[in-house]
Amino acid sequence: MFYNWRVRDTRAGQLGSAPLRAPLEIEFDYTRSLGPVLSQFMTALADRRILGARGADGRVHAPPFEYDPVSADPPGELVAVGPEGTVVSWSWMPEPLEGQPLAGPFAWALIRLDGADTAMLHAVDAGSASAMRTGLRVRPRWAASRTGSIRDIACFEPADAPAAPDTQEQASREPDGMIITPVRLHYEHTASPGESAYLRGLAEGRLLGQRCGVCGQVYIPPRGTCPADGVPTDDEVELPDSGTVTSFCIVNVGYPGQRVTPPYVAAAVLLDGADIAFQHLILGCDPGDVRMGMRVKAVWNDSGSISHFAPTGEPDAAYETYARQL
Amino acid sequence: MTEVAVVGFAQSPCGVREDATTSGVEMLVPIFAEVFGATGLTKADIGFWCSGSSDYLAGRAFSFVSAVDAIGAVPPTMESHVEMDGAWALYEAWVKVLTGEAEIALAYGFGKSSGAELRRVLALQLDPYLLAPLWPDSVSIAALQARLGLQAGRWTEKDMAEVAARSRAAALANPRAQVSGEVTADDLLARPYVAEPLRAHDCAPVGDGAAVVIMASAERAKDLCARPAWITGFAHRIDSGSLGARDLLAVPSAAAAARAAGVAGMAAGVAGVAPVQVAELHAPFTHQEILLREALGLGDGVAVNPSGGALCGNPMFAAGLARIGMAAQAVMSGQAQRALGHATSGPALQQNLVCVLEAQ
Repeated sequence: MFYNWRVRDTRAGQLGSAPLRAPLEIEFDYTRSLGPVLSQFMTALADRRILGARGADGRVHAPPFEYDPVSADPPGELVAVGPEGTVVSWSWMPEPLEGQPLAGPFAWALIRLDGADTAMLHAVDAGSASAMRTGLRVRPRWAASRTGSIRDIACFEPADAPAAPDTQEQASREPDGMIITPVRLHYEHTASPGESAYLRGLAEGRLLGQRCGVCGQVYIPPRGTCPADGVPTDDEVELPDSGTVTSFCIVNVGYPGQRVTPPYVAAAVLLDGADIAFQHLILGCDPGDVRMGMRVKAVWNDSGSISHFAPTGEPDAAYETYARQL
Repeated sequence: MTEVAVVGFAQSPCGVREDATTSGVEMLVPIFAEVFGATGLTKADIGFWCSGSSDYLAGRAFSFVSAVDAIGAVPPTMESHVEMDGAWALYEAWVKVLTGEAEIALAYGFGKSSGAELRRVLALQLDPYLLAPLWPDSVSIAALQARLGLQAGRWTEKDMAEVAARSRAAALANPRAQVSGEVTADDLLARPYVAEPLRAHDCAPVGDGAAVVIMASAERAKDLCARPAWITGFAHRIDSGSLGARDLLAVPSAAAAARAAGVAGMAAGVAGVAPVQVAELHAPFTHQEILLREALGLGDGVAVNPSGGALCGNPMFAAGLARIGMAAQAVMSGQAQRALGHATSGPALQQNLVCVLEAQ
């Protein structure tokens, strides 16, 4: 009844075992401008002060709002709050996740800073859950290195804890109205059954595609489902490693991590017997000699993957043979 | 205004699916076939498609484009996407049918929640200046909300465990649920905290899945379904993104959406108003079901989450749509005259959607 399970069952012998999986690490440093209100707030944090905004209804929001939730006006002059505050609610984090404020067990807490009417979310280094309670008085523990970010507060700590040695007075970096937030995410990427068969085939020097039972189109790499008909493509097809350049571009621009020195050709290659082109490199000739209709053949790596395609020297394919794939 | 009815619904089994990719195709193709089979429709009958999913869940940009393979979009079709639960895709599709741009529309949602550590990925839906740099995870934030209610005497840990026990028992009748079983609240309370005051049973399981709903205009609905589920109210509202400035025990956006959808009175069982008999609430944490019952004004006579709800299967970006689909199913099957479907998004019930469905 369920397509994916059926595919796995009927293909277990034919295409090898379970879908291939591999770690996928994603990393990006988001750089954001803070705007006028949060700039003041963050600049003050670097100076070990916490600011709030007084709303039209007289309530003080800390952190400050950028636009008053009642009147929609920007705040007037920000007001100093805290630095001590009171825990309004808390939860216990026994095994902190990557990136969180503390490496050992800690409490997440909503903290109402003295002089504020709203709460701030941050971590409390309480040592154990039994030391946490709503109503606990806490104070910020300032980061030794402060750059104008919410992490200039390393965490909060019970107000009656022994005071830590004073950290440096000055901000480590003059706040400039920007914050950089590094984001790192770790995925386990799963290839589809069709992609897994394709990748296993490559390792054996074979090119495995799939044919749609409705329209007869052959897809490589296999998509698992015919994008034209929306039905599973169960019929496996082995294709030769020769084909035709349907379209191409000459890459003249360098970029970090580039593995081929420009200029070089990235082309859409239509394998013989396939109905969809895939992108690959054309090497082994002057980029200026590459043209639509050029016949090419795969050059394989020893490790079982295609390094690039190179011209075969055959006469060019007729335009009609690949016009539909353009 | 054109009347619109839900005429078909299907959902995939929910669980950690090693065979499913982040494109959703493997989960979508079988449920499209199922819903087409039930309605007698084909892809050519669908005038508008709309999906809900997330690149953050997939770990790649424009990941929803791959899912279009499951549609079979040749010749080209009218298609749209929301980076939201499929319930919001259904809302967009509803507007398309209301405005007469499509007679039949299909909304789907899908998510491979197990591709990364879900509670950590969800930190990135928070305010990027004041919250996300601290990586507060979704479970911890829900726990802050749960404690506020415990402190205020709104519920006890036992009340929360009873929600879990009732949901799991109900899910025994739902073959697509991820979690089900007979268990007592006392058994559950004997288990350890995962994020005090939350225990594992207070939190929805991490599961992969997909859901699809087809709706049609009045002219077409009666031909497609013996007992269409007519949409008589549909609204969504959002609360502030400033977590510490919200009253986390009020859920004003859920109450406002319910008012806009015309739920008042019919939920509480006011004399002379046909009551809501079934409510499928998207509550990924036990205490949130209690909060939502109050915010929506649901009386004791309403059967809440007869499917087991999100606590027994919460495929991200599909579970809200599945709630509406299950509510529609209750009407289409004749179990209910009037049902309510609810979806949520964001931390601690920040955003809420309510859909009221009725037999004619």
